Amino acid sequence: MGLTAATGDAARPATAAPPAIELRGISKAFGPVQANRDIALAVRRGTIHGIVGENGAGKSTLMSILYGFYRPDAGQILIDGREVAIRDSQAAIRAGIGMVFQHFKLVPNFTVLENVILGAEDGALLAPSLGRARRELRQLAADYQLEVDPDAVVEDLSVGHQQRVEILKALYRRADILILDEPTGVLTPPEADHLFRILRGLRDQGATVILITHKLREIMQITDAVSVMRRGEMVATVPTADTTPEALAELMVGRKVLLRVDKAPAAPGAPVMELAGLRMVDADGVERLRGIDLTVRAGEILGIAGVSGNGQSQLLQILGGYPEPGAQVTGRATLKGAALPLAGADARQRRRVGIGNIPEDRQAEGLVMDFAAWENMVFGHHRDPEYQAGAMMDNDAIRQRTARLMQRFDVRPPLSDLAARNFSGGNQQKIVCAREIEEGPALLLVGQPTRGVDIGAIEFIHRRLVEMRDAGAAILLVSVELDEILALSDRIAVMFDGRIMGERLPGATTAGELGLMMAGVGEGRAR
Amino acid sequence: MDLATLLQILDSATRLMAPLLLACLAGLWSERAGVFDIGLEGKMLIAAFAAAAVAAVTGSVWAGLAAGIGASLALACVHALAAITFRGNQLISGVAINFLASGLTVLLGQSWFGLGGRTPSLEGAARFAPVTLPGAEALRGVPVIGPLYAEVLSGHTPLVYLALALVPATGWVLYRTRFGLRLRAVGENPASVDTAGVSVVRLRWAAVLIAGVLCGVAGAYLATGLSAGFVKEMTAGRGYIALAALIFANWRPWRALGATFLFGLMEAVANRFPSLELGPITVPSMVMTALPYILTVIILAGFIGRATPPRAGGEPYVKER
Repeated sequence: MGLTAATGDAARPATAAPPAIELRGISKAFGPVQANRDIALAVRRGTIHGIVGENGAGKSTLMSILYGFYRPDAGQILIDGREVAIRDSQAAIRAGIGMVFQHFKLVPNFTVLENVILGAEDGALLAPSLGRARRELRQLAADYQLEVDPDAVVEDLSVGHQQRVEILKALYRRADILILDEPTGVLTPPEADHLFRILRGLRDQGATVILITHKLREIMQITDAVSVMRRGEMVATVPTADTTPEALAELMVGRKVLLRVDKAPAAPGAPVMELAGLRMVDADGVERLRGIDLTVRAGEILGIAGVSGNGQSQLLQILGGYPEPGAQVTGRATLKGAALPLAGADARQRRRVGIGNIPEDRQAEGLVMDFAAWENMVFGHHRDPEYQAGAMMDNDAIRQRTARLMQRFDVRPPLSDLAARNFSGGNQQKIVCAREIEEGPALLLVGQPTRGVDIGAIEFIHRRLVEMRDAGAAILLVSVELDEILALSDRIAVMFDGRIMGERLPGATTAGELGLMMAGVGEGRAR
Repeated sequence: MDLATLLQILDSATRLMAPLLLACLAGLWSERAGVFDIGLEGKMLIAAFAAAAVAAVTGSVWAGLAAGIGASLALACVHALAAITFRGNQLISGVAINFLASGLTVLLGQSWFGLGGRTPSLEGAARFAPVTLPGAEALRGVPVIGPLYAEVLSGHTPLVYLALALVPATGWVLYRTRFGLRLRAVGENPASVDTAGVSVVRLRWAAVLIAGVLCGVAGAYLATGLSAGFVKEMTAGRGYIALAALIFANWRPWRALGATFLFGLMEAVANRFPSLELGPITVPSMVMTALPYILTVIILAGFIGRATPPRAGGEPYVKER
């Protein structure tokens, strides 16, 4: 396969320039969990190096060690061939390492300039630092296409611009090694393309970039070399040109996986839910939904593509029966021909009429993290007669059902008394899916079903959704992952700024076209 | 109401505002760094007791002030240790401090002085004396400004002027210096400070200690400036009123001045008019005395404007990736 296995004592030619970063024998355990085991990694200066692996493979832990957030239990870190002790982030910054975290570490109500100088001020007074930062930012913007208004307040910026602020922070600190953790998760396709242009520009100026991602397409598109991690170990490092997405995916999970979802063509039946002119104005008077017309039929998956924050969450919340407080909802909706009240309903009413809900934020909306799996498994159905024993709940019946469902949905570990927070992201999601799918709803709302879920679980959840569709259920799928929308949907509607920009069939469109619509360019551009 | 009465009320409001302003600024420092401080009351109380006790024994008000600051700092250290170093619950730690101060002051007061929890009355050098500002007499004849300067602004104890000077000083440090930038950042998103390689714990400790010093001054002023000695529970909820003023001020120093002056004004009005006659209705004294507290409840219930507290307030910082 052309893969070179990385081992603890990888041969290093003494004559060539030393790698920008070299890790030797890094190990780190959190209690009984071995997050990193004897990791060896060498990253050449002036390259973009990808690190891929499933959730929980140890990528983020490894990078946090490199940035001084955690201390390794064992191992050495060499920067440009010299061993350095990275005890804290200050030491990492001094060694020239900058990190863009998945969740930005910005102060929301500070300006861009204030965020950039924070911790790297020139002296006790701010004014000189702010002046110098303003000049440097102008230079960096020109050099690397990193334009951002230095006086803008960060919380008013788009996610893409906030990310630029994070990169600027690192460059302002003279970082020549830049680590990015899942940088494209929140970006539109054009924003991601822009980010990649920035990264290529940095590489061409001699910087070293480490890109952590689970998106194999990005790895193929931008990296020079790629390392694969699996269950805390580094299993391979290979030049990107010598590998394929399929080979990488197999290395990640240790077996063949389906990157495409195998499904027969849909056989749509009668409309299950119809929405007409759905509008929502939130408590601040902002119109979040500006007239949504949608039809979901039995036996089809309607995918809603869009960058997060364009009204998808509000749509799911209204249909799920829990619009945000103070929201004014208008419009008409029917479910199986009967009117569905848009205001004044609650989640219980929705479940009663046959709407299941796999919410976007499973930890906040889907589960009570401190409750056991069996308790979580009964939420929303806890009033059903089969779980009642007189005035009490029939906990044994609930436990038995949980055990059955955990087996059927391959929840690991299959312990119904374990608290939800002790399951991995993928297994938490399987618990939610089991609860919602097994009730056999006529309409299933699905929000970001595979966010933060590993590849094995993604495959499993996708297959279940397709099975449900084939059994005649209507599925409304909201996802910011375009690949997921394209793979699962029988019909795709694109949402932008509270409107449906248009509908497409997955076979008759491209990611590029959808990306433009997601950015507000397309059918809706009548002006 | 004649002009003399008005000036008298404004003068008294300024005097009554000072401890509230000091406590409010103490809360501002602490909470801007993300540490809630419900223990303002307790720290003021123990400072008032320590200041009065030491001033009574030594006869020096400055020794009393130092003792007040020291006692308040000791409690601030307890709060910082519990809430920052050991990541405990900030509210519980604050409540504990209030109980501790309430019990300790009476117990120690009775055992040392045997006056039922009071300290001996302070006189002469054991109290802060009023300061006449330069030019007060000369300006007295000038219309409007003269009486305001001579009657309202002049003639207070040094701690009142210290409190007033701390308003611009706080604003300057918070918004113009590196320390202030980092302090505000740690109250909004401590992870941003941590990833920048700056210690969250050290910044928060510094903020809580500053709050301790300010509460110490506030308490010392209560016992040695506003009154002449310590009496049991003499803070009378001023720590909580200062918290309400802090919310009303939206955690900003200049607004804190306005908010605490409003509370001081109400207290002054209640003192001047024990019962107020409004035409046929006579407002009873109980209502007048309760005015600042009623306003506190209204503000805390969120009736006045939208308050935007520091985002990381109340949460111990735990590192996560």
